[in-house]
Amino acid sequence: MNTVAKLAPTARAVAMLGGDADDRALRLHLEGLSRVDAVGLEQRAAGFATRSIKTTSKAAALDTVIRLIDLTTLEGADTPGKVRSLAAKARTPDPSDPTTPRPAALCVYGDLVAVAIDALGGLHGDPDDGRIGVAAVATAFPTGRASLAVKLADTRDAVAAGADEIDMVIDRGAFLAGRYGQVFEEIVAVKEACFRADGSAASLKVILETGELATYDAVRRASWLAILAGADFIKTSTGKVGPAATLPVTLLMLEVVRDWHRLTGERIGVKPAGGIRASKEAIRYLIAVAETVGEAWLTPHLFRFGASSLLNDVLLQRQKLASGHYSGPDYVTID
Amino acid sequence: MTKDIQPQAPGTGFLDYAPAPESRDVVRLRSSYGLFIDGEWVDGHGAPFTTIDPATEERLADIASADDADVALAVAAARRAYDRVWSRMAGGDRGKYLFRIARLIQERARELAVAESLDNGKPIKESRDVDVPLVAAWFFYYAGWADKLDYAGLGANPRPLGVAGQVIPWNFPLLMLAWKIAPALAAGNTVVLKPAETTPLTALLFADICQQADLPAGVVNIVTGAGTTGQALVRAEVDKVAFTGSTAVGREIAKAVAGTRKKVTLELGGKAANIVFDDAPMDQAIEGVVNGIFFNQGHVCCAGSRLLVQESIHDEFIDRLKQRLTTLRVGSPLDKNTDVGAINSAEQLDRIRRLSDLGEAEGAERWSAPCVIPDKGFWFAPTIFTSVSTSSTIAREEIFGPVLSVLTFRTPGEAIAKANNTPYGLSAGIWSDKGSKILAVADRLRAGVVWANTFNRFDPASPFGGYKESGYGREGGRHGLAAYLKAGAR
Repeated sequence: MNTVAKLAPTARAVAMLGGDADDRALRLHLEGLSRVDAVGLEQRAAGFATRSIKTTSKAAALDTVIRLIDLTTLEGADTPGKVRSLAAKARTPDPSDPTTPRPAALCVYGDLVAVAIDALGGLHGDPDDGRIGVAAVATAFPTGRASLAVKLADTRDAVAAGADEIDMVIDRGAFLAGRYGQVFEEIVAVKEACFRADGSAASLKVILETGELATYDAVRRASWLAILAGADFIKTSTGKVGPAATLPVTLLMLEVVRDWHRLTGERIGVKPAGGIRASKEAIRYLIAVAETVGEAWLTPHLFRFGASSLLNDVLLQRQKLASGHYSGPDYVTID
Repeated sequence: MTKDIQPQAPGTGFLDYAPAPESRDVVRLRSSYGLFIDGEWVDGHGAPFTTIDPATEERLADIASADDADVALAVAAARRAYDRVWSRMAGGDRGKYLFRIARLIQERARELAVAESLDNGKPIKESRDVDVPLVAAWFFYYAGWADKLDYAGLGANPRPLGVAGQVIPWNFPLLMLAWKIAPALAAGNTVVLKPAETTPLTALLFADICQQADLPAGVVNIVTGAGTTGQALVRAEVDKVAFTGSTAVGREIAKAVAGTRKKVTLELGGKAANIVFDDAPMDQAIEGVVNGIFFNQGHVCCAGSRLLVQESIHDEFIDRLKQRLTTLRVGSPLDKNTDVGAINSAEQLDRIRRLSDLGEAEGAERWSAPCVIPDKGFWFAPTIFTSVSTSSTIAREEIFGPVLSVLTFRTPGEAIAKANNTPYGLSAGIWSDKGSKILAVADRLRAGVVWANTFNRFDPASPFGGYKESGYGREGGRHGLAAYLKAGAR
């Protein structure tokens, strides 16, 4: 614990728990959280779908969605060529309209981080400055079934290659078995591995894999646990397990970051990932964010979509708004 | 704990959704409406009145007023239709008419929803997603009963009562019509129905639907007018009086029919307790409290107008509730993003203002959601009163508006005692994650409907009705059918 004791999250967790962040203390704390009524949660999420976003609001929403996308490729068949193609898409999402905003980041496997950075060239940087970040999945993604040493090596490797953001997975097995202390310590250790030599750190997204946690109560506890351990972002899914992101699960995670903000004043990000393909669906997520935590969260540092095919659907809708008619899949570029 | 209530300034950012108005053109209103008697439109002999859009105060249509003679004419038409056609028709055939009406309601759903929002002031998302679908569901449900009356619980061959005089309120104009007409017709009765003075339009559109469905003349008669028309209907030669509305009027009706052979059902006011325990799923409980009192601008007889929250979570709960209320959108009922619409009438707005001012004068702490109120029309911002005691007027009297009175309790026993401490007993809500506690508390609440971890949910198969001053008789389900039947000859 000496190596991690200097980190703020652990100290803060100790203060909040009134003792070491061990299984017993964490269980008492997490099980004291308010429970979730599934029917009510899903009803509230369904309510967002009845919002009607038209004209100027729709145009603003579509641009916002693009700015919040982590353009993703996470296939065993990924090659430098595929990643360069993805980078080109991020640099120029719509060649027919240079005013189109760019996505927030590319999300790739750790071994392709250098290729992604190289392909982005001068556009690599902070999404807040209109540039594009590079995120790497790490910690034996997607299952997380490896020793801590391997997970940490995986993380350090990606950070050394220049990754701006690390998307780690939690050990769902340990979580479901009630070994909260282990999950906590792993996140803390990975967070530490995100630090670079100059003292700066890659931003840490913690993937809960909500499809494997199964219940909303478990999702709330896992979200809280990840934030306690120092997550900058909590993320729904790897995209490799169904169901991936759903609106009720994302709403629940937004409620957790809202509660954390009330308690500490600190803003944590949320990233739904996997399965969001249509603009209409993505706009519902924006509504959920705005009406739950507020519009302040609609920035790349606090909300992301993990998606690949979503971008082209948004571009089609964007073209339709400008021209008044639908074009078709041949009028947007594939990556 | 950091407080972070930051209402977004209007006109900035994503949350200021661009207008998304539902088209008014889907409903074509006539300039004036007569009475619907014996399958035809006839003139009324009382002084006509206008019905207005409460959101803009614009005139919508001129409406005929039925005097005593008009009402007698309508009752006579209903009697003829009862004797000659409807009571003799096979149940299965009555069911066919009701199924046809249900389908027509679905086909004309958008038109009915727009008309309802125009005349009543309720947001289109409620008339579209709640009112009209429930209206169709009610007709479908009772259509299915029409040929199965032997199983209604009154033994074999139960008989209809005859002609029913029905008086309905302005809060759910078309839905209350469905609650009244569907079971009455399924059981073989004919009806004369008086819609509320401020919301007659959808009942008049329903008359149109009866014609379209080829319903035999006189089975459904619609007489419009003010309170005097309702009084005439109650005194007329009807066999059954069904009323939904205020307790004061309900009491008058009970007096008027006392000693006659008329059967009565009354669905009156309420002051429901919504009880939130400290182990409640908090975010969902907040949604439920919002839905309980701000649904339909609080114009709901079973509204959860008294929030009983466990003292240990009071401050945090109210804090969060206020934050949630800042996201409610008050505005044009026809905008698809409106959450809270207009108050139905100037008279009702006066009552809400008077009782709210009284609440403040009696020492309760008032908080209203920050929202932009339109210049014209009748509006009242969603309002919460804290530090309310059981003796406060706003904890005892039905306000029938978007005003929530918050009280606290310490133990389940105290919650039950406070919830039951009201002359009313229509509905109640319980919020807890613990099933055994919910069942134990529900068992001791004296209210007709008790919702657990939800509120304001309706289903045609579920009976609805009150204890004490909330009235008697049940509507909905098999019980609702029994209110329009008597046991057959053995």
